[in-house]
Amino acid sequence: MTDILMPALSPTMEEGTLAKWHVKKGDAVKSGDIIAEIETDKATMEVEAVDEGVVEDILVAEGTEAVKVNTPIARLAGEGASAAAPAEPTAKANGAAASDAPEEQPAAEAKAPPTGEGPAAVTPAEPLRDPELPQGATLTKVTVRDALRDAMAEEMRRDESVFLMGEEVAQYQGAYKVSRGLLDEFGERRVIDTPITEHGFTGLGVGAAMAGLKPIVEFMTWNFAMQAIDQIINSAAKTLYMSGGQIRCSIVLRGPNGAASRVAAQHSHDYSSWYANVPGLKVVAPYDAADAKGLLKAAIRDPNPVVFLEHEMLYGVEFDVPDVDDWIVPIGKAKVRRTGADVTITAHSRMVGLALKAAEELAAEGIEAEVIDLRTLRPLDHETVVESVKKTGRLVTAEEGWGSMGVGAEVIARVLEHAFDYLDAPPARVCQEDVPLPYAANLEVLSLPSVEKIVQAAKAVSYR
Amino acid sequence: MARARAAAKPGGKTTKPDAKTGKDDLLGYYRDMLLIRRFEERAGQLYGMGLIGGFCHLYIGQEAIAVGVQAIKKPGDQVITGYRDHGHMLACGMDPREVMAELTGRAGGSSHGKGGSMHMFSTAADFYGGHGIVGAQVSLGTGLAMANRYRNTGNVSFTYFGDGAANQGQVYESFNMAELWRLPVVYVIENNQYAMGTSIERSSAETELFRRGASFRIPGEVVDGMDVIAVRDAAAKAAEHARAGEGPYILEMKTYRYRGHSMSDPAKYRTREEVDEVRKTRDPIEHLQELMARQGVADDAALKAIDADVKRIVADAAEFARTSPEPDPSELYTDVYLEAAR
Ligand SMILES: Cc1ncc(C[n+]2csc(CCOP(=O)(O)OP(=O)(O)O)c2C)c(N)n1
Ligand SMILES: [Mg+2]
Repeated sequence: MTDILMPALSPTMEEGTLAKWHVKKGDAVKSGDIIAEIETDKATMEVEAVDEGVVEDILVAEGTEAVKVNTPIARLAGEGASAAAPAEPTAKANGAAASDAPEEQPAAEAKAPPTGEGPAAVTPAEPLRDPELPQGATLTKVTVRDALRDAMAEEMRRDESVFLMGEEVAQYQGAYKVSRGLLDEFGERRVIDTPITEHGFTGLGVGAAMAGLKPIVEFMTWNFAMQAIDQIINSAAKTLYMSGGQIRCSIVLRGPNGAASRVAAQHSHDYSSWYANVPGLKVVAPYDAADAKGLLKAAIRDPNPVVFLEHEMLYGVEFDVPDVDDWIVPIGKAKVRRTGADVTITAHSRMVGLALKAAEELAAEGIEAEVIDLRTLRPLDHETVVESVKKTGRLVTAEEGWGSMGVGAEVIARVLEHAFDYLDAPPARVCQEDVPLPYAANLEVLSLPSVEKIVQAAKAVSYR
Repeated sequence: MARARAAAKPGGKTTKPDAKTGKDDLLGYYRDMLLIRRFEERAGQLYGMGLIGGFCHLYIGQEAIAVGVQAIKKPGDQVITGYRDHGHMLACGMDPREVMAELTGRAGGSSHGKGGSMHMFSTAADFYGGHGIVGAQVSLGTGLAMANRYRNTGNVSFTYFGDGAANQGQVYESFNMAELWRLPVVYVIENNQYAMGTSIERSSAETELFRRGASFRIPGEVVDGMDVIAVRDAAAKAAEHARAGEGPYILEMKTYRYRGHSMSDPAKYRTREEVDEVRKTRDPIEHLQELMARQGVADDAALKAIDADVKRIVADAAEFARTSPEPDPSELYTDVYLEAAR
């Protein structure tokens, strides 16, 4: 006898709706037969039998919502059926699936990944008013994913020379659904599916930019942009200089950067420090939806090549976005996300959420941390950091990538140059362990920076 | 979609009942293909239980290719592929326990849990991975062939890649050098008609991938990748060409993946009917069963015994993968560097 269990569509799915049974009590099933359909917020999936046998009982009725993963949903009687086994989810091929199920997106978006340190969408205790925020603007909850889409759509409406290209950006609506709806609105001329040829299509984008267009090139993830890095650095970044200012290249290169969840070394690389090393490029790495939108719009209008680093674990997280006509956040300005007098913590992208959580834990222990979201890595706004360190005397840098030659190393160097005498303790870096990111769940947790590691570092520099 | 669909009807050679192939060989192919299919079904199930994380790309539907090529592989011939790699590893003879335990990220896995589904290797089985970057394995596989030529081993590198990967630039840089230097490499293109959600017609100016070597003077042919005998015979011919010092050879295997690209693929880019049609009319395992019946060598008892054996092996692998411990935390810093020889 085998219990058929509620399957997960992704390792982080926790529950779903049992939408339909295709079998009833007494039916014989063999492996591969479709037995049920389940629905999640992301997709409808068909469930196949893995073991063969006769359906002895249906344990969860059709239409039941919020069925927890691994709950027994039916019982099979049959030869050799022994251990409890979940049925196997497979893609539903008839088009009824929600459009919102990125193919290569193992992590449930807003939910914590199995590492238990998911996207920390923490709003600071006293939200600071963004200086750029117009008086009286209302705020709307928007996911980072939709904020990025809105930014592209607004700029494409505004400027007909802006277009988007990349793998699966058009018909599939984006591998992570960031470009959802753009093909419908702008058509095939301006929303272009490319073959899997990063080096080539990036070169085409850079060339088109040299001819005066304003391409947005999406990389399915930045890992794959390594195929194209020559065009990004040798062509996009350097040609203005080499041509004595004649050849311009207004291009945005964007996509998710850094570690997702359990996708191992080749799919988890954080390129922040790589691109931030290169003169001629601007490098932006936003945390929340307002910055994602405002900075992407600024990036599209910028006359220079802009590397725009997003984070897959933040795509599904909702934040307040000001409901104003043309929300632009200037490139090159850091943002103080939490004020505090005891220790300065710098972070960018997903690490900002972790730093804010760490600040709350520190506050509970009487240490008031000031959290600075760098937002732009090149040009780096060290003035904001230096001002803060002059007040706190202590500095912790948090980044997802490796520490050696990293963003934290640069921040610390600038603080030493400009505020050496204000430091009360040697600064500390929180970063990824100095190894390729392992797949195993426990090793992955050990490798990545965490709230805990930031708290520890902040205490260490505070001699606590 | 402008171009005619080569997908539904394979243009390749299909085998007629073949008196040359003995019953034991046929049963062996049956067993190996069934092992892959059942293994992959179980992997899908473990994914559903949350025991496998990240990306997991199943090989269901494509079994005849890895098994057919393996049938003529000689010891020392290398195999290399992309991230859809479980089938190749099983065909190469890697222990299903080790493969499944790598999928669950456990110490008993072939990379001690550090590589996962997309990155597995076995030097003992001449299997060089398991690569997550689309197209990378094509240059690497050509490099394996370069080593064979350098050392004069007489071995061939079987370098697998997909229809989507076939557009990457490094493929053509490799083709040029492979022919220029007459490297012993057989390029096995697994044309399953789709790269994620993009059909080959939407990504490729020349959809007949076996022609892609023409401007480098590399011979190519199209093969019914759902027919294990056709695959085997084509691979034998191509390998002979490469081994004889004639240089590379391209085999375009027409095949189909039954499942989504990775686990949660809503699959709006193709119809249920299209998938069902292939399953019903071209399934590689059923195809072989029919062949055996036509040749009068179908032996119900033997097939039943194989089914039971495969089921047991897969259940055992899953159990091992579930109970094998996570890697020791000390593994975090192993295998980053080797000690330099003094
Ligand atoms: C350089 C690079 N670009 C993009 C990806 C994302 N990606 C993974 S698999 C895939 C589709 C490949 O299709 P194909 O070569 O036909 O192989 P199949 O999946 O059909 O076996 C894509 C785009 C990647 N892994 N590497
Ligand atoms: Mg393919």
